Amino acid sequence: MDAADFSEILTTVRTFIHERVIPVENEIDEKDEVPLDIRDATKEMGLWGFAIPEEYGGLGLSMSEEARLVFELGYTTPALRSMFGTNNGIAGHVIIEGGTEEQKRHWLPLLASGEVTASFGLTEADAGSDPSTLTTSAYRDGDTWVISGAKRYITNAPIADAIFVFARTNPAVPATRGISNFIVPKGSPGLTIGPRDHKMGQAGAWSSDVYLDEVRVPHTHLVGGDDGAGYGFATAMRCLAHGRIHIAALCVGLAQRLVDESVSWAAQRHQSGRPIGDYQLIQGMIADSVTDLYAGRALVIETARAFDAGSDTKVGPSATKYFCSEMVGRVADRAVQIHGGAGYIRGVPVERFYRDARLFRIYEGTSQIQQLIIARHLLREAAR
Amino acid sequence: MNIVVTVKQVPDTWAEKKLDPTTRTTDRKSVDNVMNEMDEYGVEEALKIKEAHGGEVTVVTMGPEKALETVRKALSMGADKAVHITDEALAGSDALQTSAALAKVIATLSPDIVITAAEASDARGGVLGALLAEHLGFPQLTQARKVTVDPGAGTVRIERQADNGYLLVEAATPVVVGVVEKINQPRYPSFKGIMAAKKKPLTTLSVADAGLDPGTVGLANAASTVLDAQPAPPRQSGTIVKDEGDGGTRVADFLAAQKLI
Ligand SMILES: Cc1cc2nc3c(=O)[nH]c(=O)nc-3n(C[C@H](O)[C@H](O)[C@H](O)COP(=O)(O)OP(=O)(O)OC[C@H]3O[C@@H](n4cnc5c(N)ncnc54)[C@H](O)[C@@H]3O)c2cc1C
Ligand SMILES: Cc1cc2nc3c(=O)[nH]c(=O)nc-3n(C[C@H](O)[C@H](O)[C@H](O)COP(=O)(O)OP(=O)(O)OC[C@H]3O[C@@H](n4cnc5c(N)ncnc54)[C@H](O)[C@@H]3O)c2cc1C
Repeated sequence: MDAADFSEILTTVRTFIHERVIPVENEIDEKDEVPLDIRDATKEMGLWGFAIPEEYGGLGLSMSEEARLVFELGYTTPALRSMFGTNNGIAGHVIIEGGTEEQKRHWLPLLASGEVTASFGLTEADAGSDPSTLTTSAYRDGDTWVISGAKRYITNAPIADAIFVFARTNPAVPATRGISNFIVPKGSPGLTIGPRDHKMGQAGAWSSDVYLDEVRVPHTHLVGGDDGAGYGFATAMRCLAHGRIHIAALCVGLAQRLVDESVSWAAQRHQSGRPIGDYQLIQGMIADSVTDLYAGRALVIETARAFDAGSDTKVGPSATKYFCSEMVGRVADRAVQIHGGAGYIRGVPVERFYRDARLFRIYEGTSQIQQLIIARHLLREAAR
Repeated sequence: MNIVVTVKQVPDTWAEKKLDPTTRTTDRKSVDNVMNEMDEYGVEEALKIKEAHGGEVTVVTMGPEKALETVRKALSMGADKAVHITDEALAGSDALQTSAALAKVIATLSPDIVITAAEASDARGGVLGALLAEHLGFPQLTQARKVTVDPGAGTVRIERQADNGYLLVEAATPVVVGVVEKINQPRYPSFKGIMAAKKKPLTTLSVADAGLDPGTVGLANAASTVLDAQPAPPRQSGTIVKDEGDGGTRVADFLAAQKLI
């Protein structure tokens, strides 16, 4: 995109976040809900489709551009970006990566405008870190597919107009090759959405279980059409690789906010007659957090560049998500420490962000799973 | 509806505002400049009228080259086209000269409605709308907190903000409408709008292009001149009275000394 236009977009998003979202962060946390006017404003601005190609109604940002935009989004409650996170991210990418031309033409403009909210239904109660063991199944009956099973922790399921459900369609082949993806619209008979999960943090971002009892969808809802059967798992892995850089960028944005909160607190909080920022032990914590932040940001920028160039689409995203999610955990912990007792009290931003940040080391692949991906990839190369 | 909305680039509300020591006009070079905040409400209202009744929104500004940023912002919010009057010779123009120049250009656009903000945050003159109306020979509706347009009847009706309520006022088009912040919630430019802004028609007019008489514009020909400007004196640090049993008496003595009681 034109550099001047893009910089204007970043300024607009930054202004919007400062004027409209930061003032209501606490309210979002307490009520577990993002106000409707903020939701509508994000749709009108175009935040629901920044990662969707321009020809399908989105903005078509490159990974490098997306990372810079997400640095801005990370500066406030993760509930904001979670609203449109699935459309741009894991769910939208199911169609971008695996959809037929017809499916792209139909679904992507709806996702980009925010007319449709989509969810990514991969995880199950007994298939989290290793989704290849999922047991939700689908069989073909004439022109329809019949899907049964249950999904867990599905982001945006309570408000989803469509859930992209991964199901086993061929038990006879190795686990990863027998999985397909189906577009399951809201209101399909047999589809039930569970109650909202009561989470540690990220209030305002909703997730829930999803139950499928002989849900019928037309054959046209098999992602990728006739050729899509059996490719669901490969598609899921590609969606997650893109999503990992996105999550890492979000962690960097949040780390920036935590550093800002820490520094302004340390400058104005007095103990023993001096600002606590005068004490070297506080300075040490601030310096460690700023250094962590710089490292994370540089890593995201470089990984996004390599992702765009196609030179590293696997190890880089995993290493970046691993480092940045752990990094923001350390920064959040120090931010609470610098705040003393206040850092443990509801209503103080760092207390909330400390809880929010914890999720990043768990979803879209735990830290341990990133370690496995990184090491196994290199060891496999070495064994060749 | 053919709607014209005036916008002005001003120093950022949060920036320290300075006067140029030699010309005693607003220093626009050393600070971040933004669209006058109240103008965002004007642009929003213009867009809303267009969305409800169809038509076209033209933004008009007079200002240095940099003011183009503010024009772009209005275009990225959704205005259709823009006119930017810019010329070194215009620098230092006062409200009378500015309104005459804007009116001359606006008249060529044959608007049904001209929207202005109640005031700009830099000079805070608050007279531009009235001067424009006078130059154009249009009626003026001021302090509008709500605007209703009836294109069939050719009328505009407003709720005019008053201290303890509002007045319902109506005028026939063409009309100048001044808006206050209560009127709406300005939209943020959409990403698509930002990308489209550069491709929208922009007319740049010099003094000659606009058909203005060079002998009437700019600082040298201004009707009013700022002779001197002084910053407000720094606040005196207050007197702290420590209560040692006689606090009440000492506060009363202090107030009496200031002739306040
Ligand atoms: C708020 C929230 C939102 C979510 N949104 C979605 C969504 O939208 N769509 C979706 O499909 N999923 C979603 N998830 C699911 C998420 O991706 C999983 O929770 C995550 O992948 C971990 O799976 P699990 O919870 O089953 O943990 P487990 O897999 O049971 O992991 C437990 C622990 O064991 C470790 N572990 C597991 N396997 C190994 C191994 N082989 N070697 C070493 N350690 C291992 C893990 O690292 C972890 O520490 C969401 C989860 C949450 C909490
Ligand atoms: C849930 C809860 C229960 C509590 N219960 C009680 C109670 O029952 N009774 C009671 O009296 N108090 C209680 N407290 C208060 C608690 O003991 C204080 O919060 C704690 O001592 C820290 O003080 P502070 O919050 O003022 O932080 P601050 O003193 O402002 O500390 C802020 C940061 O500055 C650092 N710092 C401060 N001074 C220095 C220095 N000289 N050099 C280097 N670093 C410095 C601190 O380590 C910290 O990281 C409670 C607090 C909480 C949160």
